[in-house]
Amino acid sequence: MSLEGKIALVTGATRGIGKAVALALAKEGATVVGTATSASGAESIQAAFEAEGFKGMGIVMNVAEPESIDQGLKKIIAELGAPLILVNNAGITRDNLLMRMKDDEWSSVVDTNLASVFRTSKAVMRGMAKARWGRIINISSVVAGMGNPGQVNYCAAKAGVEGLTRSLAKEMGNRGITANCVAPGFIDTDMTRKLDDAQRNAMMEVIPAGRFGDPGEVAAVVAFLASDAAGYVTGDTIHVNGGMYMG
Amino acid sequence: MSTVEERVKKIVCEQLGVKESEVQNSSSFVEDLGADSLDTVELVMALEEEFETEIPDEEAEKLASVQDAIDYIVAHT
Repeated sequence: MSLEGKIALVTGATRGIGKAVALALAKEGATVVGTATSASGAESIQAAFEAEGFKGMGIVMNVAEPESIDQGLKKIIAELGAPLILVNNAGITRDNLLMRMKDDEWSSVVDTNLASVFRTSKAVMRGMAKARWGRIINISSVVAGMGNPGQVNYCAAKAGVEGLTRSLAKEMGNRGITANCVAPGFIDTDMTRKLDDAQRNAMMEVIPAGRFGDPGEVAAVVAFLASDAAGYVTGDTIHVNGGMYMG
Repeated sequence: MSTVEERVKKIVCEQLGVKESEVQNSSSFVEDLGADSLDTVELVMALEEEFETEIPDEEAEKLASVQDAIDYIVAHT
């Protein structure tokens, strides 16, 4: 599954699943650019690569701002070349019941989690089309299919990402470009550590595997989808959830 | 240095996978040369790179034939 010579862009690579994905792709030989919203975040990504002796860099990019994406892409293309692997991982939650949800809670989640996928995918597509090879891998969520109270914004955005992915897979299919989603269930990250004990225990009861997942278990699936071996997998959503939801 | 016409035709051949003998100035990308919508987007991208120019989307949509592309390039570069 060597990704030697490939440039990969992973958004939201400071922590959790994004960090695990960035390191997994770098381990396969890709040169990985990890994005963070702050300079300190970008430095910590850079440090993580250097600690492992991997090729890559951390950059500051806010996926909710089109200009920030444009600038980031220009920098990557100038310094490294065109990214042929894009992992859209950056995401936020602003949970609230619909009856209480503010407009900005809705729009910030849809913008950061869904519109960003449109923008970053568009920004890398020219390079992929020219190369006749590309991998778009979008991190969705189990709740895109299941629904989840308190998350109408997050679930709408993630389900939107899955629809976008299927359309993009059809548009670019005959150019050697695949587009897929990986939908994690409950993974042990800062995002799920926000849950209280009662919530965690309730989740555990519906997970046949009897445990939360590890970010590395999501990253392994992303690394597979990024590889040449996955060239005939496109438009799909692969669930990594310990059996809590089987579609 | 090749003429604009020669360079445009060369790119059309490369992008659409057609022979030079098939490409006339009057050839329509879609009707005569078999381009689909994605092909035409990629063709415009390739023209932008060859001639180091940016073709706005609303102009790109009007480029239906080889002659349209030549005329645009001549007028804008």
